[in-house]
Amino acid sequence: MSSSITGLYIFMLAAFLGYQLIQRVPPLLHTPLMSFTNSISGISLVASLVAAGANYSVMATILGTIAVTCATINVVGGFLITDRMLKMFRK
Amino acid sequence: MIITISYFIASTLFLFGLKDLTHPNTARRGTSLAALGMLIAVFGTLLHHEIVDYKWIIAGLVIGTVIGIPMGLKIPMTKMPERIALSHSFGGLAIALVGVVEYYRHAGVMGKVQIGTIGFEVFLGAVTFTGSLMAFGKLQELLPGRPMTFPKQNIITVGSIVAAILLIFSLIVLPTSYSAFNLLLALSCVLGVLVVLPIGGADMPVVICLLNSYAGLAASASGFALNNMVLIICGALDGGSGFILALLMCKAMNRSFSNVLFGAFGSVAAAPREAATAEKATVRSGTPEEAAKIFKAAKSVIVVPGYGMAVAQAQHTVREMASILEKNGATVKYAIHPVAGRMPGHMNVLLAEADIPYDKLIDIDDINPEFPHTDISLVIGANDVVNPAAKTDTASPIYGMPILDVGSSKLVMVLKRSMNPGFAGIDNALFIGSNTMMIFGDAKQTLLKITAALAAA
Repeated sequence: MSSSITGLYIFMLAAFLGYQLIQRVPPLLHTPLMSFTNSISGISLVASLVAAGANYSVMATILGTIAVTCATINVVGGFLITDRMLKMFRK
Repeated sequence: MIITISYFIASTLFLFGLKDLTHPNTARRGTSLAALGMLIAVFGTLLHHEIVDYKWIIAGLVIGTVIGIPMGLKIPMTKMPERIALSHSFGGLAIALVGVVEYYRHAGVMGKVQIGTIGFEVFLGAVTFTGSLMAFGKLQELLPGRPMTFPKQNIITVGSIVAAILLIFSLIVLPTSYSAFNLLLALSCVLGVLVVLPIGGADMPVVICLLNSYAGLAASASGFALNNMVLIICGALDGGSGFILALLMCKAMNRSFSNVLFGAFGSVAAAPREAATAEKATVRSGTPEEAAKIFKAAKSVIVVPGYGMAVAQAQHTVREMASILEKNGATVKYAIHPVAGRMPGHMNVLLAEADIPYDKLIDIDDINPEFPHTDISLVIGANDVVNPAAKTDTASPIYGMPILDVGSSKLVMVLKRSMNPGFAGIDNALFIGSNTMMIFGDAKQTLLKITAALAAA
């Protein structure tokens, strides 16, 4: 129970900080912002890795591998396209 | 211990990366910081004591990278909304599958909080998965872009949401009821489809933001279930970002969430269309050559891009024309409405791709006072965001929506395929205005002709 409460604190603080930061992102960069947050939410990769590699069961390994694949697509593709977009913005 | 430290470093880097994203000068550095953070988190995780077999991990990482690279480097900027929708669906699927694995592994020994968060994670992950696939299908025009409705739709949707929540509660009471879990998974997949079906093309920006937010919240929920702080933090950032953007989009349309989600916008406006057909006679249309003559005399031009510019892929042609106008001594600016296009910032990205400096891309509040002393407003494939009905017609579905005030400029030129109403299905009095000149045809072809005529002179 106490770890969930710690989690709630972390969630609340991260959400608050995120709110403050994201409000300062200009509309100009809203599409890169979306692809950026999309790629960092690929952090679910860390959970997928354990699911795919822990040998729980055949089903867990299959589902875990699919999850690793999907999350990796988002991480790799997301960072590449965010950078590609940002490269285009010039004064 | 190493894992915990790697997650801590990753979380810190993500936050600094997000902070850098608040300015175009630092944004690229921010992306690199976040990518570094991700790399550290992944390598840290590979040391996890439960991981005994690396072969499937490597397979997944390799396949994901092979698919991810072209998705990052090859997809054209005009396809960004489709691409973002697709990646939300991958994200939703990944997180839902993690939840499924976790549930089947630990259901017997889970605490109430843990099972509740897993239920929530699977629910949101699956809704994001199928919902984003639907959004992708609509954007890609594999599915009809207009709102699709059926009788008692809202009741069924709300009923399904309530049923899903009840299923989550039943899992908290009895964690090992596998059939309840499977039912929750199936229901959530159906719900994703139900939620996006009634939403029309023009409302896509809001839906894409909301799905972004759901994907983030699902990641946070998995962080609670796994007691993994970096997942909670990333999920909170992603969820918060999607939510803020959705709010901004709703504000830019002067509509509420519930109106967007349950309103089936645009499916009702069929009736008044007949009345306006009669007025078509007063439309003043011109040829690209006539337009070029007028442009030659213009001192100030504001370009108003919309989704039509993206469809016609006309952004580079716009830049070429603008260069000639600027060489002739005219100023050219670009008016960006927050909901122009199919996702937040869509127009900015397209124009930046065409090498237009970002200080010429001007937001609605700053550009509106400039229209009255502007010679020509050039509307390219935009419709609802310049529709004066939003100001004058209280019966209009878009009444109250802030619009770009193009009508107050000396002349409005509208590039449009035909007189068909836009995605919202609403007639636009701007097109029959006395200072409006319509140029029908494919926006890119029209712009090419105007540019050729300007260059020849």
